[in-house]
Amino acid sequence: MKSLEELKAIRERASKKINLRGGGEGEETKILVGMGTCGISAGARETLTALIEEVGNKELKNVYVSQVGCQGNCFAEPIVQVSRPNEKPVLYGKVTPDKVKEIIEKHVINGEVVKNLVVGSAFH
Amino acid sequence: MKNTRLHMLVCGGTGCESQGSDKLVNALNLVLDKYGYKEEVTVVKTGCFGFCEKGPIVKVQPDDIFYVEVKPKDAKRIVEEHVIKGRKVEDLLYVEPNEEEKLEKQHDMPFYKKQHRIALRNCGLINPEDIEEYIAVDGYLALGTCLTEKTPEEVIELVKQSGLRGRGGGGFPTGFKWELTYRNKNDLKFIICNADEGDPGAFMDRSILEGDPHSVLEAMAIAGYAIGAEKGYIYIRAEYPLAIHRLNVAIDQARELGLLGTNLFGTDFNFDVELKYGAGAFVCGEETALINSVEGGRGEPNAKPPFPAESGLWNKPTCVNNVETFANVPPIILQGPEWFGSVGTEKSKGTKVFALAGKVNNVGLVEVPMGISLRDIIFEIGGGIRGGKKLKAVQTGGPSGGCIPEKDLDIPIDYDSLKSIGSMMGSGGMIVMDEDDCMVNISKFYLEFTEEESCGKCTPCRVGNKRLHEILTKITNGDGTLEDLDRLVSLGEYIKDNSLCGLGQTSPNPVLSTLKYFRDEYIEHVVHKNCPAGVCKGIKRKQKEMKQQELKEQKQKEKEIQLH
Repeated sequence: MKSLEELKAIRERASKKINLRGGGEGEETKILVGMGTCGISAGARETLTALIEEVGNKELKNVYVSQVGCQGNCFAEPIVQVSRPNEKPVLYGKVTPDKVKEIIEKHVINGEVVKNLVVGSAFH
Repeated sequence: MKNTRLHMLVCGGTGCESQGSDKLVNALNLVLDKYGYKEEVTVVKTGCFGFCEKGPIVKVQPDDIFYVEVKPKDAKRIVEEHVIKGRKVEDLLYVEPNEEEKLEKQHDMPFYKKQHRIALRNCGLINPEDIEEYIAVDGYLALGTCLTEKTPEEVIELVKQSGLRGRGGGGFPTGFKWELTYRNKNDLKFIICNADEGDPGAFMDRSILEGDPHSVLEAMAIAGYAIGAEKGYIYIRAEYPLAIHRLNVAIDQARELGLLGTNLFGTDFNFDVELKYGAGAFVCGEETALINSVEGGRGEPNAKPPFPAESGLWNKPTCVNNVETFANVPPIILQGPEWFGSVGTEKSKGTKVFALAGKVNNVGLVEVPMGISLRDIIFEIGGGIRGGKKLKAVQTGGPSGGCIPEKDLDIPIDYDSLKSIGSMMGSGGMIVMDEDDCMVNISKFYLEFTEEESCGKCTPCRVGNKRLHEILTKITNGDGTLEDLDRLVSLGEYIKDNSLCGLGQTSPNPVLSTLKYFRDEYIEHVVHKNCPAGVCKGIKRKQKEMKQQELKEQKQKEKEIQLH
């Protein structure tokens, strides 16, 4: 180790390895994918993979992608729920992998709901 | 790696490993591989979560879901349910014993709510065998900052200001110890990390070394820079194979990255660390005995002064600090002494790790701010007494500490208040006792331990503790007299005043404190030949014999009456 900068460079690289572990601490945006039988058969797995990739590509911090059970809106699978801190969760329906970019870009990053994909928001 | 969405943190501490967490890790990896989720889910073996009561522990992040008592056979269900279908595995969640309510998140568990983790900050968070994960949580940043931006005097000043005191039991201010060693000019000085954790039931040092070995290495290097030493020794019990293994891995990795060795951070400061194994003698936790043992001599203490700061290892100035003390140093450097001082009480700053054991619901390792009450630790974090029984006493400080009765539970815990009620902080063992425990028998247990562990160098400790043990044995056998109780006190005080080292100076504490707070139990043993808790077997035998004797005499009398 020759300098502090060298150490900080390692820290920068290594912190990506563990940034998932901050769950439950502080403010975080959660992206939940319905992975019941209905969701999986409607292609939720591909949607989930696309979401993870997009979050990884954009290097978003405090944004976690997670899988949940069936949400009950089986007609609109794959279902993706976006919960930003202190905001009402929003449910998106028929989210195929090609729609992932738009949701991340508009809603997750900029807080702007993608209205044409919304299934419902007042279920809580 | 980009695709990872879940981290499964599996506890790899000794407690959970002995319950099969190793096999669990393998099983999880196998099942994940089978279903094709290995890319998406990473299984990480971390240090101890502290919740040893319910091990093996698996925490799933970022969901913050906490599974307890997970067996290797549960791996399939966790993957099929949690990973694939997004459903929690309900029956593996923690059930709060008093409310009978299932708690899924670690942050909701009462066991963690009142804890404040500084020394254990990385235990259960990072993989201790991966130096990059330690660096990711600001590891070695404190060392780098000290070496490149601060003078040794400034580092010492920071530690002094923080008010950090030795966590091994004595409570000596760490900054002053560093300053004393710094002031003694010599061409050669040493840093020693005391990892000879000997108190029965205490395992915080082991857990830190197993879960976060780099924090100790980093702090030793910082201390070396501060006092002017280039060599550090870790004196560790050979009975801690996992801690030794993780330390060796950590030392190798640190050397490889140039965080130990020569010209650290491009300066002319060199530092390296070597392990020395202890053979398990309790007295070697005393710093002068420890130094004798490192030199290859008998583990016997020397009279102080000279203190190790003047003449220690190989007669050179030596600074001996405990594992937990070291683990507190990097955060103090990074976050400042004011931050550290904001936790704890006026004279005892920061936190203390306790090994909570005995008749309490949540057995495990807890780190709490100084000044918290024993009641909070036992009833909030510990979840109360097992089986709804009544608490009788709490033993703190191991064989050197004392028993604290129920009425003193609300005293804020710090070095000085524990001393004032006849106990001590010690290394942080905390054993909870309920109505089924016999206090006379407990003090006999500790005396048996100290009698065996006395090194034999000075007479008060060698002979005195033996006599104390004999008197206690006599009492538990039902042969005690009231004079014996007075003898225990006068002999105990004598041993405390006249012993050479901390072992003898504190070994009568368990007897003296139980005599003070639970005298009625001693009297019951001595006068009525009765053990109220029904623990002392000797006294039971005695009761039986006495009854038989009575019967015999009665029969004899009846016979005599008939004859007349």
